[in-house]
Amino acid sequence: MRYTVVRHLALTLAAAAVLLALTYGLEPFRNYQLATAAAYLCATAGLTVLTGLSGQLSLGHGALMATGAYPVALAQNEFRDRDISGGWVLPVSLAIGVATALVAGLVVGLAAARLRGPYLAGVTLAVAVIVPALTTAFDSVFNGDQGLSVYIEPPPLSLGATFPYERWQAWIALTGALLTMFLLTNLVRSRYGRHFRAVRDDEVAARLAGINVARTQVLAFVVSAACAGLGGGLLAVLAQSVSPGAFSLTLSLFLVMAVVIGGLGRLAGAVWGALLLVLLPQASHSLTEALSLSPSAAQRLDGNLPLAIFGTTLVVVMLLAPGGIQGLLARLAGRFRPRPVTAPDHREVGTS
Amino acid sequence: MDRFVFLTFDGLSRGAVYAAFALALVLIWRGARIVNFAQGAMAIATVYAAYSVTSATGSYWLGFGAALLCGLALGVLVERGVMRFVGHTSPLNAVIVALGLVLVIQAVLGMVYGNEFRPSEAPFSRTAFTVGGLAFLSRYDLFVFAAVVTLMVGLALLFTRTPVGLRLRAAAFAPEVSRLLGVNVAGMRTLAWALASAVGALAAMLVVPTGLGLHPTSMDLVFVTAFTAAVVGGLDSPLGAVAGGLAVGLLLSYVSGYAGAEMTPVAVLLLLLAVLLVRPSGLFSGVAARRV
Amino acid sequence: MKRTAKRRSATLPVSPGAPHRILAGGVAVALLLAVAACGDDGGGGGGASVPGVTDTEVVVGTHMPLTGPASAGYSKIAPATKAYFDLVNTNGGVHGRKITYKIMDDGYNPANTQQVVRQLVLQDKVFAILNGLGTGTHTGVLDFLASNRVPDLFVASGSRSWDQPKKYPGTFGFNPDYTVEGKILATYIQKNFASQKVCFLGQDDDFGRDSLLGVEKVLGPTGVVAKEKYVTSNANVGPQIGAFKAAACQVVVLATVPPFTALSIGTAARLGFRPQWVVSNVGADYTTLSGLLGENKALLEGMLAVGYLPSQFEPDDPWTALFKKVNDQYNGGAPFDGNIIYGMSVGYLFVQALQAAGKDLTREGIIEAVEKGGFRGPGRAPLRYSADDHSGYGGQRMTKVTGTTQEFFGPAYETDEADGPVQEYADQPPAPPANGIPAS
Repeated sequence: MRYTVVRHLALTLAAAAVLLALTYGLEPFRNYQLATAAAYLCATAGLTVLTGLSGQLSLGHGALMATGAYPVALAQNEFRDRDISGGWVLPVSLAIGVATALVAGLVVGLAAARLRGPYLAGVTLAVAVIVPALTTAFDSVFNGDQGLSVYIEPPPLSLGATFPYERWQAWIALTGALLTMFLLTNLVRSRYGRHFRAVRDDEVAARLAGINVARTQVLAFVVSAACAGLGGGLLAVLAQSVSPGAFSLTLSLFLVMAVVIGGLGRLAGAVWGALLLVLLPQASHSLTEALSLSPSAAQRLDGNLPLAIFGTTLVVVMLLAPGGIQGLLARLAGRFRPRPVTAPDHREVGTS
Repeated sequence: MDRFVFLTFDGLSRGAVYAAFALALVLIWRGARIVNFAQGAMAIATVYAAYSVTSATGSYWLGFGAALLCGLALGVLVERGVMRFVGHTSPLNAVIVALGLVLVIQAVLGMVYGNEFRPSEAPFSRTAFTVGGLAFLSRYDLFVFAAVVTLMVGLALLFTRTPVGLRLRAAAFAPEVSRLLGVNVAGMRTLAWALASAVGALAAMLVVPTGLGLHPTSMDLVFVTAFTAAVVGGLDSPLGAVAGGLAVGLLLSYVSGYAGAEMTPVAVLLLLLAVLLVRPSGLFSGVAARRV
Repeated sequence: MKRTAKRRSATLPVSPGAPHRILAGGVAVALLLAVAACGDDGGGGGGASVPGVTDTEVVVGTHMPLTGPASAGYSKIAPATKAYFDLVNTNGGVHGRKITYKIMDDGYNPANTQQVVRQLVLQDKVFAILNGLGTGTHTGVLDFLASNRVPDLFVASGSRSWDQPKKYPGTFGFNPDYTVEGKILATYIQKNFASQKVCFLGQDDDFGRDSLLGVEKVLGPTGVVAKEKYVTSNANVGPQIGAFKAAACQVVVLATVPPFTALSIGTAARLGFRPQWVVSNVGADYTTLSGLLGENKALLEGMLAVGYLPSQFEPDDPWTALFKKVNDQYNGGAPFDGNIIYGMSVGYLFVQALQAAGKDLTREGIIEAVEKGGFRGPGRAPLRYSADDHSGYGGQRMTKVTGTTQEFFGPAYETDEADGPVQEYADQPPAPPANGIPAS
């Protein structure tokens, strides 16, 4: 195990070096997109561990991102109000966000531990819709639909006065993403990862093997919630604002779609999913813009056509490549994995 | 006291429409063992079809019938054309495909009909009967109740007393064995989808006149609320769906009236958590969990 | 039992995923490099020192809800502005530059607004952001636009946030502030419904809050008997209207968007409650409301509201006639309503600003030009721009629905967002130029 951790650390540092070089080569907008993808990656990586490895569907991860984002907003604004500044302020705010999301994940995980299939989906769906709506219920703190702006300090002067802000944002987000990937890769290969897969594949056998099923399920929820919280906190930093609309049901559903299309259960699939979330909407829009339309046609198609393209892409990819992009790549690489990552699901047929 | 009575009747009439849609979800669950996330979008598409027919002919009931027929057709189309080809490596694949379909359906409706809210007429008066200054139900509310009760009874009878119902349940629970026993499993699956889609169309026709108007996204929140209601009542039970729908409707009305509209989501979440902590399969579910 | 688990892991290859991960990593990096390489497609106006400006073109962008529930009505504004720009471009543009208008959809979601505005500024390199719509959506991009020194002109919302010249020197409002509107409505109520019970229903955000603030400035804190709120995610206002009925309200002020105006009026009718409705300009367009209410549109009879731009129900108004002509010619003859007039009025003002900024067009130049003020156009209220005031229109005029039209009556009023009095504004709008383009 120790050898594995060292190997992962080396891989992470190598990836960090490559990405650092990349941020110097990219235009500001592309750096911003890279940063956004990194923030999403924290959430998709956690979600793919929860849904793919641990077999628990969560339709509420957008809401869990919100439970990480709002504390970051409140903390950053509080620090600013008290005139506290310094390089350590942002990591502390993000840590507060992660801790809050962790607690939220614990609550939801405990509630969900006994639920299976559509009932679990129902609870997480309700969480997805209701948690953002709490911002209107307690709008003296959260300012309802309008949300809060998030104060972020400019890049440190040691980097130079003309250091592009987007590159700084990319550095922050990529640090978070690399940290998440490092931790999750180790978790997946550890004893806990094996417990997740064991409970997913055959709950009865796992229990007979001495695994505490409820504790394993809750741990998976807590870990994925913490990752989602970090992702949400990073999104708050990038957008410099939080609002319930940013973490709506649509985001929760997009996260699930991204994870499945990327390749469920595989961390590399989470990377594809995060890239998809950033690039596909923009690609759909560019495609629409490329067609020159009359004004009345444009009014109808503007906005709708990209959504239609996005939806069709999802359907087609799922039908043609159920293992997602990473599954497709695995097949292309010519290696047939010794056992499938996602086992045939017993839960399809009426267990409750 | 006046306010309480008012809120009760307001909640019951709201709850009836949630119950109607929850019945569609129960139907697809019992008939195909999946939750169809595209149910809402498919239903709103049928309402648009009804809108077109009613605009062309001037008759609400012709449009109503068109919606139901459209529902049947759409259910068959989606099942045979798309869902049948979804791989079974994970039940999530069907969920993703359904979500993709939602985007496509809503975008196409927006392209064809535009993004404006269209007025949606109700076939009966929505003015409440008043007794001594208190507003009770309206004719339309009574129509909705009647439709929901008929639907609930019809579905319960279908599943428990008819041979078709038995075949539907067999095909859903134990497809391999049923196939061996001569049940047309593929056909039963298509039938389940068609029926569920038609019921969803009926529910949407009942719901849309009570909201802001006809819009491609009109059914989104209804789907989530109805799903919550179905989970509270138990996905296996039509009675549970109706009870869950009415309960959620009443809860939303009381909370909105006494605590403020902003507190309603909190109340729904608490209800859901409370029910599922005590009875994880829903209040009216008869299936016991297997414990080791 | 745990021994079994350990043995299973020992039979796995040491790193079964490594080749796939390396392949995935390599493809990802290659993809990113490819994206980076073709990310250098400048957008409009690359190479010039002023972003978005060349000798022949000026590029501006906007964010609007083109899809989603909030798109009803609002999705028609930007195409109308674009149609007006087409008219101007056909006649040679402004100082020889054609106006290119990039319309981005944010679905009324602040998170999307962040993305599309950054795309407009960083990738498409627009000269300015024009008429960004939505209080909640636009508030989130104020800091970004300020730090990138992008002119943020004529925001489509009545919030007071756009009037902060020190903090956001490049941001200018357009719509009358909700507080201004609330004061004007309350003044009319005070004069004409003196002894009657007044109630208020508002959206649960700055729009509703600022409106109520304005109303209470004139009627006093006890002037409003019942105050209720609604959220756009809950399409049932039965409890709120029921509360009004129980309080026996005679006048109800609505700070609502059009779908909720229609919903409130419809719900009240079903409950047998018929007060005098007094509605904010945001949710009062008769064409939109009658479309929403369908066969119940007779319920709108007698509805009072306010407006500040030409009315589509006054075809003799030369501005209305001009905009209708432009609509037929350049906008595909879209159904002509208040949103179209609004979009074209914004376009007209922007062209005036471009002209005032001169041939040597810079970002600082256009901000100075707007601050110089003095623009006269289709509005019935004073247009307030100066170094200390970025608010935009400062007044409104009352309208009433009679039959199937909604017409202005009485004088126009102006006031400020603080405690200044509500006064009549006597200035009439000038006649529009013959070709529809402001004289330079």
